[in-house]
Amino acid sequence: MRLCAEHVDWRVHGRRLLEDVSLTVEAGETFGLVGPNGSGKTTLLRVLAGLRRPKTGRALADDQPMRTMKPQQIARAIAFVEQQADTLDRLEVRQAVALGRTPFLSPLSPWSEEDEAIVDRALADVDLEPLAGRLWHTLSGGERQRVHIARALAQQPRALLLDEPTNHLDIRHQLSILRLVRQLPVTVVIALHDLDQAMDCDRIGVMDGGLLVAVGPPREVLTLERLRNTFGVHADFIDDPDEGRTILRFRRAL
Amino acid sequence: MTDAVRSVAQAPRLPRLARPVRSAWHWGWLAPLLLFLAVLAGTAIGETAIPLATILKVLANQLLGAAFPVDRIDAGIIWSYRLSRAILAACCGAGLALAGVVLQALLRNPLADPFLMGISAGASTGAVSVAVLGVGAGTLTLSLGAFVGAGLAFALVVVLAHAAGSGTGGGRATQAAGAIILAGIAGSQLFNALTALIIAKSASAEQARGIMFWLMGNLSGVRWEDVALGLPVALAGLAICLWYRRALDAFTFGADSAASLGIPVRRVRGVLIATMALVTAAMVSMVGAIGFVGLVIPHAMRFLVGSRHTRLVPASALAGAVFLIGADVLSRTLVSGQVLPIGVVTALIGAPAFALILIRGARSR
Repeated sequence: MRLCAEHVDWRVHGRRLLEDVSLTVEAGETFGLVGPNGSGKTTLLRVLAGLRRPKTGRALADDQPMRTMKPQQIARAIAFVEQQADTLDRLEVRQAVALGRTPFLSPLSPWSEEDEAIVDRALADVDLEPLAGRLWHTLSGGERQRVHIARALAQQPRALLLDEPTNHLDIRHQLSILRLVRQLPVTVVIALHDLDQAMDCDRIGVMDGGLLVAVGPPREVLTLERLRNTFGVHADFIDDPDEGRTILRFRRAL
Repeated sequence: MTDAVRSVAQAPRLPRLARPVRSAWHWGWLAPLLLFLAVLAGTAIGETAIPLATILKVLANQLLGAAFPVDRIDAGIIWSYRLSRAILAACCGAGLALAGVVLQALLRNPLADPFLMGISAGASTGAVSVAVLGVGAGTLTLSLGAFVGAGLAFALVVVLAHAAGSGTGGGRATQAAGAIILAGIAGSQLFNALTALIIAKSASAEQARGIMFWLMGNLSGVRWEDVALGLPVALAGLAICLWYRRALDAFTFGADSAASLGIPVRRVRGVLIATMALVTAAMVSMVGAIGFVGLVIPHAMRFLVGSRHTRLVPASALAGAVFLIGADVLSRTLVSGQVLPIGVVTALIGAPAFALILIRGARSR
């Protein structure tokens, strides 16, 4: 699914969170959003997910304005994984993942074996099968994040939007979640803090103070000058001759 | 992990699983049976115990047109006094428990209860306005006054919540829940203060005692006309909760998460909160503000049947109904020759019972 934002402005209390942002994410692409804290990554993700309707500008899903789509229709195509959504309810992992089927169920349609099978598959995709019967409050932070991703997969989305999904995860789960996400044959937009992880995206966009200041392949966008101006760090690129990839080394803050 | 690719690409055509889909069909007849037995018990137990056979005979005479010979006083007590009272108790218990389930689910706050939205405070102000100040000059009954007061208080809280919620910018759904809770607290305090002011300024000691008793909940003097209002209200509340059960589930991780699951958050929240406010206001205006049921029954049922609303909604309605019938029986029989306010009884039995459930729940983790 192709996701598109056209001249989107978003203000809260007169403060601009997004300023004339235009962006197109092509179908099947893995697109990374990077930028300092408060630069507008989350707000842009929410606009692209159809969760916020901008007063100025518009968001489109496969060329259809999201304003004209019902929430249920959007949720059948686009899944969104928030940062750290939590609950006090006594809820089993399987039940949390089953919530992903909500957009496909009406008040009168019963829970089907097909829904059950989709939930099983989503659990398997994030290696959560052994924990299916565990209660939510007994899970670690990484396990909870994987439950949220499984819930999003149960929506069988054509576009998956993730807001810093690797925060608070150990390195193994960070890498496995990123690998999983990259493998999906759907459009992925992912907000990231780790710039090295962003290097693996097809394209990235850099946010700064509500502006989308650069879009393109990671190596072209993340220049040393950009790292200084936007992120406020001095850094070097180091080439890894074995894998042919480039690694960032951060030296110090400005 | 490599299966991930297949899972999304290969949409719904998946092999059938051997997993038995857990069915709760047997509750379809068990729940009405339990409710019927509770109503029978509520009718049989009292200052004068009446044998079950007599009750069944009276029921058959009234409902099926049978002509069993029964004592006329017994028949009067059963039909005009205890049965209507037991049924209304069941309706109120179910309605208040459902309101608690809905508000706790939507606002993501375990302390939410049916009176959160200023309803009991508004009802009491309405009731004292009628009883003490004589508002309506005899045309308004206490119940109608309470209902109007509850409605006014709810409207004020909604306006306040809306003003506060829209001030939080972008309208993030989770912040709106906080605004509703705070507006409810402000509204409740205001109307409680008005009630206290009216009582302190104008009420005689006798009036003050009567109002106090009414506020703590009172099922005396329930008539069939009350049942004719309470029963449809409770059933409508149950039907609407069941209709929205999946939307309620979707709020598990908060309103923002519900929105991403395709729930039109504002509309669903508006419909459900307004419905539950109406149910609560109707119940409170008939029997007073019976506390504890709406707060604790939903929590107790979450421990017993889990937090999925497909099971939680009917279970809470049933438990609320049975619990309030039981509380009413105790309020009539605990102190002989005196009827205790039912709100006192619900708290007296409810608090230890809930403590027990909490402790057992903690052990089972």
